[in-house]
Amino acid sequence: MSKADLATTAGPSVAYRAWLRRERRGRLAVRAAQLALLLVFFVLWEVLPRAHIVNPLFTSYPSALWPTFLELLKTTPQQASILAHTWSTVLATIVGFSAAMLIGTAIAAALWWWQGLYRVLDPYLVVANAMPKTAFVPIFYIWLGATLSIYGMSLAISLFVTILMIYNGFQGTDPNKVKLAQTFGATKWQILAKVVLPGSVPTLIAALKVNVGLSLVGVVVGEFQSASLGLGYLIQYGSQIFKLNIVMTAITILALVSSVMYLAISWLEAAVMRWR
Amino acid sequence: MQPSRQGGAPPKVELRDVDLRYFGLEGETEALKGISLSVAPGEFVAIIGQSGCGKSTLLSLISGILQPTGGAVLVDGRPVTGPTRKVGYMLQQDYLFEWRTILENAVLGAEIQGADMVKARARATQLLTRYGLGQFLHHRPRQLSGGMRQRVALARTLCTEPDIVLLDEPFSALDSQTRLALADEVTEILRREGKTAILVTHDIGEAISMAERVVVLSRRPGRVKSDRPIRFATPDGARPAPFAARNAPEFNGYFNTLWQELEVHVEG
Repeated sequence: MSKADLATTAGPSVAYRAWLRRERRGRLAVRAAQLALLLVFFVLWEVLPRAHIVNPLFTSYPSALWPTFLELLKTTPQQASILAHTWSTVLATIVGFSAAMLIGTAIAAALWWWQGLYRVLDPYLVVANAMPKTAFVPIFYIWLGATLSIYGMSLAISLFVTILMIYNGFQGTDPNKVKLAQTFGATKWQILAKVVLPGSVPTLIAALKVNVGLSLVGVVVGEFQSASLGLGYLIQYGSQIFKLNIVMTAITILALVSSVMYLAISWLEAAVMRWR
Repeated sequence: MQPSRQGGAPPKVELRDVDLRYFGLEGETEALKGISLSVAPGEFVAIIGQSGCGKSTLLSLISGILQPTGGAVLVDGRPVTGPTRKVGYMLQQDYLFEWRTILENAVLGAEIQGADMVKARARATQLLTRYGLGQFLHHRPRQLSGGMRQRVALARTLCTEPDIVLLDEPFSALDSQTRLALADEVTEILRREGKTAILVTHDIGEAISMAERVVVLSRRPGRVKSDRPIRFATPDGARPAPFAARNAPEFNGYFNTLWQELEVHVEG
């Protein structure tokens, strides 16, 4: 504990306790509003189709999702369980963003190391990042086959933005910190390992946040084209046979998957920031 | 050969007719021109000049992170080709790494130089404790005040046991009280450890009160405009601490002379 932490030894004052109560109430109000919003969404989703204000054929209802989910949970000779579909999508996403982080960081480090390389590649990276990667879905299918094309799309969609973000993070390292290391005679490798990389941890986490979402997009789009497994496949299949229940169930699970991954990264970020 | 100042000992640091030019697409800039300077072992020299006169560049040359475009920079009589362990450099701010603890920050230099880490950690702990930071070894930099952080930076510089310490306006980021207190501390530490010190500053008072010699650089391109010893008459003949020196009768005389030599023109 530092000296500053010990400044309040006399116990909290009445005013401070009142302030704490107000703070807590404020936080609870925000949570309540968030829950209420979600509830309103589900209620509207249930009521509007039932009242035939919107066509239930297009939207399904929340109450129809649970029976559909239970139905999809079964494994039949024609159909894998929805758990297998979900796992396939999650796994491809994890592989996609992990690969994007590793390869992206390595490429960013290479660009940092050889500034000339960056100057040559810069316009190509910017264009590659701006390209709609989903345009390559059919080509990836031909090049890489059914499974690899999904991983490939997941990687392709998140790689370039990762490279650009992390490279910018590396470039943003305080030049005086680099100079400090140089005054001790640091090699380029030491500057990378001891100054640039550890200093870019917040950037790495920011890139990871962007990546997780993008990789999931890449996987689902890849699955539309080429998969016989995965939530993207299930959405495609459900819409082809016009069973919106299946589509909506798959989309709801995608929303849950996104939330869980977002929470995991928030937790990681909090842990890292505490450690710093 | 230039005459050295202390009992014929060879100079610790010597600059012989050093030029430095920066190249840019807009043209070349002459930062330093024909600088000759020698610093004896254990001497404390201050270099003053207006911003942009190349003071910091001069330190970068001595530390070996920059090479002169003309002339020679020598440390212990040998040309400087790159950073050496003999030279420690204290920058304008502490630049502590926020992802390292205080102790880990203090041993950074030793770690980069591949020194014995057990010894380095012991020495850093000893230095930090001496500077009143013993209970903060495992704290993070952000938990410390500006003055404490700059003391950590001093420990980081001295942990590698350099003979020569370069100080590049090391107190410029601090508030004025901390600045005065730390000037006393740092000067005392460097004198006691017998380090050769070169301080770069634009603060005339800081230069007079800390150094035994003040060198004035002209505006760009920086040249040596004057080089004068600073002496204070004290009963025991010892050099007064910086804070006491500011109250010495000689202080104002030196201040006025150096002020005139700096030719300060307030712009804008």
